[in-house]
Amino acid sequence: MPEGTGSATGIGASVKRKEDFRFLTGRGTYTDDINRPGQTYAYILRSPHASADIVKIDSAKAAKAPGVVAILTGADYDKGGLPCGWQIHSKDGSPMIEPPHFPLCKDKVRHVGDQVALIIAETYAQARDAAELIDVSYKETKPIVSLADADKPGAAQVWPEAKNNTCFDWHIGDKAAVDAAFAKAAHVTKIDIVNQRLIPNAMEPRAAIGDFDRATGEFTLYTTSQNPHVIRLLMGAFVLQIPESKLRVVAPDVGGGFGSKIFHYAEEALVTWAAGKVERPVKWTSDRSEAFLTDAHGRDQINHAELAMDKDGKFLALRVNTKANMGAYLSTFAPCVPTYLSATLLAGVYSTPAIYAEVKAIFTNTAVVDAYRGAGRPETTYLLERLVEKAARETGIDRVEIRRKNFIPVDAFPYQTPVALQYDSGDYFSTLDMALKTADWAGIDKRKADSKAKGKLRGIGISTYLEACGIAPSAVVGSLGARAGLYETGQIRVHPTGSVTVFTGTHSHGQGHETTFAQLVSDGLGIPIENVEVSHGDTNKIPFGMGTYGSRSLAVGGSAIVKAMDKIITKSKRIAAHLMEASVADVEFKNGVFTVVGTDKSVPFGTVALTAYVPHNYPITELEPGLEETAFYDPLNFTFPGGCHICEVEVDPDTGTVEVLKFTAVDDIGRVINPMIAEGQIHGGVAQGIGQALLEAAAYDEESGQLLTGSYMDYTMPRADNIPNITVGNHVTLCTHNPLGAKGVGEVGAIGSPPAVINAVLDALLPLGVKDITMPASPHRVWQAIQTAKKAAE
Amino acid sequence: MPTVTMTVNGKAVTGEVEGRTLLVHFLRDKLHLTGTHVGCDTAQCGACTVHLNGKAIKSCNMLALQAEGAEITTIEGLAQNGTLHPMQEAFRDNHGLQCGFCTPGMVMAAVSLVKGKSNLSDDEIRHGLDGNICRCTGYHNIVKAVKAGAQAMGGK
Repeated sequence: MPEGTGSATGIGASVKRKEDFRFLTGRGTYTDDINRPGQTYAYILRSPHASADIVKIDSAKAAKAPGVVAILTGADYDKGGLPCGWQIHSKDGSPMIEPPHFPLCKDKVRHVGDQVALIIAETYAQARDAAELIDVSYKETKPIVSLADADKPGAAQVWPEAKNNTCFDWHIGDKAAVDAAFAKAAHVTKIDIVNQRLIPNAMEPRAAIGDFDRATGEFTLYTTSQNPHVIRLLMGAFVLQIPESKLRVVAPDVGGGFGSKIFHYAEEALVTWAAGKVERPVKWTSDRSEAFLTDAHGRDQINHAELAMDKDGKFLALRVNTKANMGAYLSTFAPCVPTYLSATLLAGVYSTPAIYAEVKAIFTNTAVVDAYRGAGRPETTYLLERLVEKAARETGIDRVEIRRKNFIPVDAFPYQTPVALQYDSGDYFSTLDMALKTADWAGIDKRKADSKAKGKLRGIGISTYLEACGIAPSAVVGSLGARAGLYETGQIRVHPTGSVTVFTGTHSHGQGHETTFAQLVSDGLGIPIENVEVSHGDTNKIPFGMGTYGSRSLAVGGSAIVKAMDKIITKSKRIAAHLMEASVADVEFKNGVFTVVGTDKSVPFGTVALTAYVPHNYPITELEPGLEETAFYDPLNFTFPGGCHICEVEVDPDTGTVEVLKFTAVDDIGRVINPMIAEGQIHGGVAQGIGQALLEAAAYDEESGQLLTGSYMDYTMPRADNIPNITVGNHVTLCTHNPLGAKGVGEVGAIGSPPAVINAVLDALLPLGVKDITMPASPHRVWQAIQTAKKAAE
Repeated sequence: MPTVTMTVNGKAVTGEVEGRTLLVHFLRDKLHLTGTHVGCDTAQCGACTVHLNGKAIKSCNMLALQAEGAEITTIEGLAQNGTLHPMQEAFRDNHGLQCGFCTPGMVMAAVSLVKGKSNLSDDEIRHGLDGNICRCTGYHNIVKAVKAGAQAMGGK
């Protein structure tokens, strides 16, 4: 892949987004904006209980309500359950417990919001009114909500087959080596962490429309998905048994995902199944209250970690014990989040020689938990960076120095960690130095004094992190339990008059693929960016695709496009050689023009395209007409972005309010195609990280299992006045194994930032003797921590 | 069913609505103006922000019937003759949008916020937009965009 042509619309240029005009003028087409002829509306009656037997459902009265087309319950549902895409084996070799997950509950509800009945009517209001008339008799049973208590003897059981509510009990690393290192350690630092449950809250609530074509027997599902082909595969093959050839899945404009729209949800299967039953389109749109109850939640781990050090503060070994909440069912990728996306990252940016981690996955009577921006990597980063910070405080080693002392050296790449991953490239010293300088780390004492003069407490916090993304090499993830490959496809269709459509199996729901990928192709083929259209999100248009998550779109999807482009250029050279009566070996392609080396002969790309489709003068015996190529790209390894985040806060000791004054993010995301878009991704990720650190938490009532944070009145979303201006820097080391050198940018902001914020808060509170705080560091919690520390000091 | 008459994006419209129909649903479902979005059910997120008689309001928070006789502008009515409004242009220039879902409400709120004020501070913009939630941008570029848009509008 060339470095880029340096054109104003090519690689490295902050091209304004092609997609913005439609979004800014209200012309975006999100799923709820779509209406099909003859459409009906679905409302889902949901469980008001966290755990109950369904004794009886009486829908006779509701069935006669105005406009009702059909009422369907678990007894009517005769298809399959929602599958889990990743299988983990426990320490003892036994496979994880995989309970059935039917889209409509059959005899028991297992969390508040579980699907009990599907009401289909002529209007949404009629469906909702009719739902009020359904009489469901429940026999309530005691729920288990607390992750800490769920595996203790005597806890209520979510599934009889999952003893002590344990889905699996997994481990990784060399326990004996870790134990030996701890035995000779000069110092051991220990920490207990609650990585709280979050609710992703993409601004577009989920929606789905099922459509059935009576003439052809084809189903179409319009859905708010990050990966329409995956939904087609899971829903078609496992749930509804519809062959791919009879099932089209369209994910049109999607209003944010952050992971929550990866998974195959019950409602997608229900509207598709119901459309076949009533032979009319069926539309379901979640309201925000439903979204809070039923979207897959994120994080929700409890960690205990211990770090062994020698007398100089060199890390000798790390030992981690994690409990991860799965919720009531296994969502599509849930089991891999606390294991292969979390525990394998425990080396972080450090050359810790021995690591051992145990992870227990636990069922509770709560909404499912699955990947949310960063997925497992924020949890690990938070644990590591809190632990390292604490180690520095305990040993008296400067907190920057302890990090530098333990960084993986620049010349150690490729670096094999003790927990499976092999990092290809990185330079943690440079990102650290850049961040320290940008954030004026050295000048903090003066600023602390200024704050103190105002009666405020200022603190600065740091996080040096790494993540694994560009998900993922199929053979590797297959050996680790993935039930799918994780390659990506790219297809390039050069049209007769030289314009180009790029089909990608990734999906853009804010990431700007229509611009970034157009830049790639415009640069690569030397054609104006206006001539390149990027198409995504429709299984009838795109050959195949695994979608967008795990910061994979550029590193994996972009690489597939580059591979397809290489094929286009190879074929074009043969056509050009024919036109110029030259040997293919002598043909060069640059800036959209084919030339014969050492001559003035040239043919522009457009002429080659036209010749391919109007092959009057064409090497027809050697070459097929047409100019369209597809590539499947399977990455050779994960990619490893990393960097340094620094946060500066001011705490009001009287109220406990934390104000984020400055945030600096210096990241190594590999090659950048569009710096404007890449920076925007980091801003957004950091805001979500600040949200986790200071504002957001999902809370269930431990007795009843009711969601206490079920609206924007209770769940604190970051608003404009909670987030500071964010300074973004970039230090590039290229990924060594993909053709772009790209590493990925979607998640780094959310991964690196939470510990930087909390370390800053703890730095501010250090003079008061506060040593620990649990996320979110809300004014209430901070104030309480201050009071507790004051009392202890008395 | 009662009828309601109002002016939407300069055009007089009349429609039958149920008493309980919210203004946002009238705009989306009856007038097919789907640029106005519904992001919550508690009047918190601001995705449904439109102008009612020149002022930003949350169209999920009033009944269609309450807008009888009103002048409504939605995101579809902001660009004139295919030319983006300066605030729309500023959002594009400053990458003030990602997924686009909160964008119509954010732009309508911003236009109303900066009316008569061409030089707002970052703080004023951040506080002025606290009725609109964006999950993608981290607000950094939205603030930049609103500042630039306000300047381009020149206090108008």
